[in-house]
Amino acid sequence: MSGGTRLENANPLIFQRSGERLLTATDEDEDVADPIDDREIFDLIRSINDPEHPLSLEELNVVEQMRVNVKDEESTVSVEFTPTIPHCSMATLIGLSIKVKLLRSLPDRFKIDVHITPGTHASEDAVNKQLADKERVAAALENSQLLEVVNQCLSTRTI
Amino acid sequence: MAADNSVLLGLVEEFVSGQVDSKAAETATGVKTGQFTVLQLVEALGLSLTSSQPQTRGRGVQLLSQVLQECYSSLSEREVEVLIAFYENRLKDHYVITPHVLKGLKALTKCSVLPPGSAVSILKSIFQDVHVQSLMVVDRSCVYNILISLMESREEELKGLGADFIFGFVQSVDGERDPRNLLLAFQVARNIIHRGYDLGKFVEELFEVTSCYFPIDFSPPPNDPHGITQEELVLSLRAVLTGTSQFAEFLLPLIIEKLDSDVQSSKVDSLQTLAACGLTYSHKELAEFLPGLWSSVRREVFQTASEKVESAGLSALSALVSCLSRSVLNSDSEDVLQVFLNLVLKDCQHHLCEPDLKLVWPSAKLLQAAAGASYRASLIVSAAVIPALLEQYNNRTQCAQRRTLLEVLQGFVQPTALSRPADGEDSVLVAFQQSLCSVVFSALTESSAGLQVTATRVITALGQQPGLLAQTDVEKAVDHLTRLILEEDDSQVSSAVVECSGSLARLHPKGFISRMIPPLKEQILSDESSAAVRQRCVTALASVSSQLSVVQESAPALLQVLASAHTGSCGFSVEEVTAACVSLQRIALHARDSEEIGRFFQDIIIPRLLGLCLQAALQSRDSGRCSPLTDEAVLSAVVPVISTTCAALRSESASRMATQTVSLFLDGDVSFLPENAFPSKIQLLQSQTESRGPSQLVCLLMACVCSLPCSVEIPEVDRLLVQLEDLSCTCPHLFSYTFAAKCFAGLVNKRPAGEALDAVLQRVMKRIGMELENVSSAQRTQAFTLLLWVAKALLLRYHPLSTALTDKLFALLSDPALGCQVADGFGVLMSDSPDVLNRDCHADVRIMYRQRFFAENSTKLVQGFNSAEQEKKSCYLKALSHIVSNLPRQVQLTELPALLPLLLEALSCADQAVQLSTLSCLQPVLMEPPPALRNQLEALFSRLLALTTSPAMKVRIASLQCVHALSRLPEHLVLPFRARVLKALAVPLDDKKRLVRKEAVVARGEWFLLGSPGGR
Repeated sequence: MSGGTRLENANPLIFQRSGERLLTATDEDEDVADPIDDREIFDLIRSINDPEHPLSLEELNVVEQMRVNVKDEESTVSVEFTPTIPHCSMATLIGLSIKVKLLRSLPDRFKIDVHITPGTHASEDAVNKQLADKERVAAALENSQLLEVVNQCLSTRTI
Repeated sequence: MAADNSVLLGLVEEFVSGQVDSKAAETATGVKTGQFTVLQLVEALGLSLTSSQPQTRGRGVQLLSQVLQECYSSLSEREVEVLIAFYENRLKDHYVITPHVLKGLKALTKCSVLPPGSAVSILKSIFQDVHVQSLMVVDRSCVYNILISLMESREEELKGLGADFIFGFVQSVDGERDPRNLLLAFQVARNIIHRGYDLGKFVEELFEVTSCYFPIDFSPPPNDPHGITQEELVLSLRAVLTGTSQFAEFLLPLIIEKLDSDVQSSKVDSLQTLAACGLTYSHKELAEFLPGLWSSVRREVFQTASEKVESAGLSALSALVSCLSRSVLNSDSEDVLQVFLNLVLKDCQHHLCEPDLKLVWPSAKLLQAAAGASYRASLIVSAAVIPALLEQYNNRTQCAQRRTLLEVLQGFVQPTALSRPADGEDSVLVAFQQSLCSVVFSALTESSAGLQVTATRVITALGQQPGLLAQTDVEKAVDHLTRLILEEDDSQVSSAVVECSGSLARLHPKGFISRMIPPLKEQILSDESSAAVRQRCVTALASVSSQLSVVQESAPALLQVLASAHTGSCGFSVEEVTAACVSLQRIALHARDSEEIGRFFQDIIIPRLLGLCLQAALQSRDSGRCSPLTDEAVLSAVVPVISTTCAALRSESASRMATQTVSLFLDGDVSFLPENAFPSKIQLLQSQTESRGPSQLVCLLMACVCSLPCSVEIPEVDRLLVQLEDLSCTCPHLFSYTFAAKCFAGLVNKRPAGEALDAVLQRVMKRIGMELENVSSAQRTQAFTLLLWVAKALLLRYHPLSTALTDKLFALLSDPALGCQVADGFGVLMSDSPDVLNRDCHADVRIMYRQRFFAENSTKLVQGFNSAEQEKKSCYLKALSHIVSNLPRQVQLTELPALLPLLLEALSCADQAVQLSTLSCLQPVLMEPPPALRNQLEALFSRLLALTTSPAMKVRIASLQCVHALSRLPEHLVLPFRARVLKALAVPLDDKKRLVRKEAVVARGEWFLLGSPGGR
């Protein structure tokens, strides 16, 4: 982000972060099994960094808990994300980051589906198709420059 | 003499022709001891110095220079003059000689008898005859050192050289590359600038020759032989560049240019350099560049993703504004500060009207940085921003927007050290006081937790500044706070409210006494209030009580909780009574600073507390009715109230306290307790069979007598010790005998060394020994407990007997019945105990007693472990992990190599408690692993990864945290394990417990980033 370049969307809307998930007594109980739920998936992806801004996807409202849908017993996860502007060129990258984060953080029994919230992006279908294609996702991660950006989005920000 | 001469000739010969370097040192010793003079040396060197071979001449000069380095201090002025003339002349000689000549000159410049004029002539010769940058690194540093030492000793002469000196220096430095020499060159340049040398027409040259290194990008070579850091270079260059305002016209454009750089560190460096300029420049130098500087700083703060750049940008802006604020106003010109701030306001203020958008925060921070730079700046900025913010707040209706606006407002309300109004000046907010208060009070009535929390912070800030909260406003604020304490369930809000009440009550106690304490008290004692409300009220009472007048109202209210609990009215639970005690203790902490509060506690609170506990204990013994005040949890909470108070008592009142308590416990003297309705013959230190009887009150005795200052003599201490020993050895109840042992230990720890103490210790050791030897005895646990605490008391004060006692503990580790308890006992021995034998209780605690204990005993432990039978090994491991985890980190790191095999063993031990404590002791060590660990990584990984599927959830979590910590090790060490770790961590991703999955996700994420582009 050098001095000369201008951001596509320099002054985006900012949303509030939700607090940490509250601990309940059953969380501490050895014998109770906690199923993987929507909030847990949301907690995985909400802290992903935006590629352009020093903000998380949650703060930009790109991901929302109501757009996360998980069925633990059927081992499926579906996540919809909303680019901040309809022409956002970062949409694929953001989708890829979400997908990679879930691939790394969920047991491999899960089938992971990441797509754009319907009607929020100009080239929605193309992006969705790219994200759904296993081969293309794998190929993208072979590209070290792309992998670098994705890793930066997924690393905890150092202050 | 002739013999000396031939010796000298021999030495010279061997050095010059024989190339024996060690002879130089011998010659120097000879000169130093007076065996030969420098003159003789020069004469002896004659032939070599006039030789036609440059190498031979060089060797001759080298010998002379090396000798001079050793003994320059003994030279006379005449000698120095001749030598200098000689050396200056040699500079014109062959280039192989020059390095040695420079060394000789360096030695001569350190002479205190340097003749006048020689400094100038040395420099002139060097500048004229030597091309510095074609010399080797060491020789270049020689030149810089000559400059530095001449600048120290002959400042006036050098200044006489005028601009020639600057020119000579510029020529010598131009092109320097070595960081060591750069540090020296920057030092010379800094001296030139700060000591007022005339730069003449060479300002730009001097700037060019130094600024070409800006911004410095230096990474030390891998093994870092010279220990020079980037930081050092950056700071010394910055001191040069920002040292004089003559550089301004060159430096400021350079900064603007470098701010465009893509490298984050050079942005930060440029911004910090700009901030440093603010200290030396005046508005005259800045004026021309202000618009350019502002737009660069603004761009950085608006766009950056890095907090470092942001904070550097903010401090740069703040430095600029405070520089402009120093400028003197001229009647005919416009106010430069006003003009610049208008620019800032124009670019930032409109963003404050868009509380949903990202730029609201960077804009607010910029404005706050500008306002915080000076009082005058804060006046200008506040006058523009605060009315706008207040208007925005009133126009917006959404809580999130209002919250952002209020948070922004909060940043303007708190003045900084620079913008604080001077005496006699009003706060900049006086004009807005009314509207600010009404906004804050309206925020307190909103339903949003975030808004309420921010509002309490604003009130706190307003309350700290004189004149911003009128009496009626304080009252209103107290009413709001009281309402929130009583009604608001959100934990964030209530802790913010409590904090705010605490800080306001310190300044405005009256309002709190009349308007907050009565309703809280009423709620606490009301039957209908819920446990949560009571808890909040009790906490709030403690935090508002920092002034005596408030304490006099709040502490009795809390005491009333205990009294009602005892009588059984109001239905207080044990937890509520405990909470009241915790609050009382927090209030008692103020006794340290205020003697009146201490006296109030001693005279009113403590006697009533003791009285209540005694009543409860007697009642339970006589009638069997169990009051909550006989509960062990409640008594344990009463202990800190008493001990905190007693620890703060001064000499006389402390002695009175000791006498009263001891006569109560030894003789049943109840005269100082209120409501004197006790039977006359009570014996508190007798062992009884009923568990809730008076014997458990021994904990209160401990709280009092063991926390008084050392100087206080405890009356009848020997009789007391005998009774305590009896009680601790014979009492069947864990609570009573443990506290009796602790009380015994606390007294022993403070007892002065001498026969009396030795007698006590001998007696008690004999008794403990007897009890422990009798394997069938029912009181072995009691004897062990007493042993443990006495051992701790002696260990802390380095008493010679402590070794005997701790050895006994080591021996007991293999005891079939006590082994496990003994292992845990080492935890007690090594950790600070909260209620006795700590520094707050004035105990005799030597520094580093843990290290000492560890150093003396670690081998015993390892030997014991190796020789123990298999099933007993876990006790040793447990003891070890207790000891190691309590050691300071620095010691852990140094001791780890020896212990690592044992700790790894402990990880594979089946006992989950051992696993857990070993993991918790390993984890901090792994953050900064010692070299010893590197050879054991294989073993460590296999054990840790095995534990990630342990049946115990806590072990799984702790082992995952350790695996996470290992990802921060140097990449080449851990990269070989990456694939294996990633595979192993896939299993806990599907763990049934969410907390385990969370740790697994974090750890696995970090391991994925390891060795991957853009990762780490």
